[in-house]
Amino acid sequence: MPDPKMRRRDVLLGAGVVGASALPIAAPPAVAQPAAPAATPAKGAAPAAGPAPAGYTFLKPSEQAFVEAMVDHMIPADELTPSGTDVGLAIFIDRACAGSWGKGDRLYLQGPWKQGSANQGYQLPLTPAELYQRGIAGSNAYCRKTWGKSFDRLAAADKETFLKDLAAGKIMFAGGIPGREFFTMAYQTVMEGLFSDPIYGGNRNMVGWRMVGFPGVGANNAENIKKYNDGTRFTVEPLGIADFS
Amino acid sequence: MARKLPPVDIVIVGMGWAGGIMAKELGPTGLKIVVLERGGPRTTQDDFNIPQIRDDLRFQQRNELMMDVAKDTLTVRNNPSEEALPMRRLGSFLPGEGVGGSGVHWSGHNWRWADQDLKIRSNYEQRYGKKYIPDDMNLKDWGISYAELEPYYEKFEYTAGISGKAGNLNGKIQKGGNPFEGARKKDYPLPPLTAALATNMFTKASNELGFHAFPRPTSQMSKPFTNIDGQQLGQCQYCGYCEKFGCESNAKGSPHITVIPVALKNENVDLRTFSWVQKVLLDSTGKKATGVLYVNVLTGEEIEQPADLVILSGFQLNNVHLLLLSGIGKPYDPKTREGLVGANYCYQAGGGRTGAIQLFFDDRSFNPFMAAGGLGAVVDDFHYNQDFDRAKAGGYIGGATIAAGGSNARPINYHPVPPGTPQWGSEWKREVAKWYQGSVVVNGTGSVMPHPDNCLTLDPTYKNRFGQPLLRMTFDFHENDFKVMSHAVDMSAKIAKAMNPKMMFNNFSKAGWTSVPYQSTHNTGGAMMGSDPRTSVVNKYLQSWDVHNVFVTGAAVFPHNSSYNPTGPVGAMAFWAADAIKNRYLKNPGLLV
Repeated sequence: MPDPKMRRRDVLLGAGVVGASALPIAAPPAVAQPAAPAATPAKGAAPAAGPAPAGYTFLKPSEQAFVEAMVDHMIPADELTPSGTDVGLAIFIDRACAGSWGKGDRLYLQGPWKQGSANQGYQLPLTPAELYQRGIAGSNAYCRKTWGKSFDRLAAADKETFLKDLAAGKIMFAGGIPGREFFTMAYQTVMEGLFSDPIYGGNRNMVGWRMVGFPGVGANNAENIKKYNDGTRFTVEPLGIADFS
Repeated sequence: MARKLPPVDIVIVGMGWAGGIMAKELGPTGLKIVVLERGGPRTTQDDFNIPQIRDDLRFQQRNELMMDVAKDTLTVRNNPSEEALPMRRLGSFLPGEGVGGSGVHWSGHNWRWADQDLKIRSNYEQRYGKKYIPDDMNLKDWGISYAELEPYYEKFEYTAGISGKAGNLNGKIQKGGNPFEGARKKDYPLPPLTAALATNMFTKASNELGFHAFPRPTSQMSKPFTNIDGQQLGQCQYCGYCEKFGCESNAKGSPHITVIPVALKNENVDLRTFSWVQKVLLDSTGKKATGVLYVNVLTGEEIEQPADLVILSGFQLNNVHLLLLSGIGKPYDPKTREGLVGANYCYQAGGGRTGAIQLFFDDRSFNPFMAAGGLGAVVDDFHYNQDFDRAKAGGYIGGATIAAGGSNARPINYHPVPPGTPQWGSEWKREVAKWYQGSVVVNGTGSVMPHPDNCLTLDPTYKNRFGQPLLRMTFDFHENDFKVMSHAVDMSAKIAKAMNPKMMFNNFSKAGWTSVPYQSTHNTGGAMMGSDPRTSVVNKYLQSWDVHNVFVTGAAVFPHNSSYNPTGPVGAMAFWAADAIKNRYLKNPGLLV
């Protein structure tokens, strides 16, 4: 059951419906302000500030289409959450790639570069944002070769086959990047987008937290832990960083 | 050419638990003391404030409080025949950085390592015979006794604030505590934390099987607490943001709110942050340190700080790295098996990666997010219990503690599902939603004994941001470690079964060590202590045998790794060594043994 507050993005970006090339890169401000009455302020008053627009800042159109298709496939709309795009996962991933993590913060990026054992961990000379871009290009090339279409246009069953093969390490992208490396990172960002604080763009309306009953950041449980040690479920409206700010 | 500063009496490298204890204990001597910390300053109100500190993405996923591996990391490999490659991101372990060091983000588990560990070779030779110890296991007595350390354990417990229940008070076994612990003169300063449902079920099941479960001793304050220096700590709120985080309530015993501010009340103690020590400088004989060379990381300037005494108090890995970079002691070579510095590197087994039993219940909610770093109960029957016959349990040395009760349930990483569940899609979501509230882990944590292949050396290829060789870690689990964990998993499963779950699964495997998922920050060894300069790097007072005005604190001096967490003896031995320096070394500088 999608949250009505999230519908605006669907209209703007035609998530999962419109071909990538037709998507606007950034929504025009007039459309991005759903609070229409406030957009025509009384004479002499400053224009009201609306909520932050949710446009992409990093991903290119073909990458947006891939990421939206991936998060909608992994997190489909159902009785537990809206679709991945509506939960904000594509925007979360865009922001993560655009930010310091995406640019290789806290990643040792000095050569020489060698392929090690799995136990030696990540050994590619790519930042996460670069790996996302090359991984998407590699995925689409593989999907076109196998099914004649880019990933976002595949039937659900073919998307499933592709992601399972990617996860199982069966796909090597042209150019030598192991598909499994891309999957590991992409899957991590889906989990982060679903369950991290909504301030980062994902987990909108805290649907990831509501799905499991996680209370968020406001926990003061010194008394609760005494009361709720008999198997009774503790439920509370979750709170995020913005609720304390 | 480095700028040379006026000389001081003492330089301490690293401002975590050990550096803070040293500075606090030596401060009242009035000697000029400089503490060099490579990271920045930290305060509770500015760095651990609500709501920013409760940010799983920033602090757990992105490791903001930890060592920045873009600047300095280590290379890793499983055995000496592999080529080591850089650990390009943090994973298996998380050394801290900045004022407070790893003592800011630790989970708080606090143990007294007693003669079961400190006299390990003697114990096994006596009980099982000399042949029981494998020829290639460099098992060593530590050259120090529990009786010597007991007062210092107490001092650390009353400094950090530990919640727990005594099991052995002056030789008298106390019901509900750990009956196998070393005799203590005083109980813990605070009663145990409030037990959660999972803890109570584990305790009941264990005790019905004849084992001896007790609340895990830990440095979250069960009540507001004033420590022996008058520092005030708050009450734990069971918020579930503990082990990768600083505490906004000052309810976790951490150096930045205990020993460090007390040390800095002494005007002769000068803390310099953003000061990255590159090496200890030696005189022409190589037997005396003349000071240290460090870099002001804010400007890049190289600075020489002359000093009469140098105390290495960085994280275990960094202390060993500095010894190797400085040419103090003979470096260990895994091919010839000669040398000492870097030998006996050990880690811990378990850490949830292998050796855990996951239980699922569909008739109750555990509210797993009501948690604290050390919340839980432990069984020590297969570790410190000297009557437990290892020869009949697979024939191993060491042992494992078995525990239940979680430190957190932050859902980015905590969303347990039964094996065979899809990784995504509606079915995955339904399983996550179904089991999030109904899952418990019972897991073993195993000791790791020395193996001649496991060691720390300098890497021949890769460099840190200053062009210095990275530390190279060679490590894998070996047969004794697998025997310990195999038995621990059997015992964990026995307890788990008695908790009567709907389903339970065992993830034990003999998989080799991997640098990738987090396991524990319980790295030990590389500068082992002992009573003989031919077989140890430092003596019982943590003093370098080779360069007597260099002392090495922390877990680097452990000759093997226990199942217990390392911070208890790190703290106690820092107090112990500080006393020796204060009362004996400073009056008559020279070897203390």
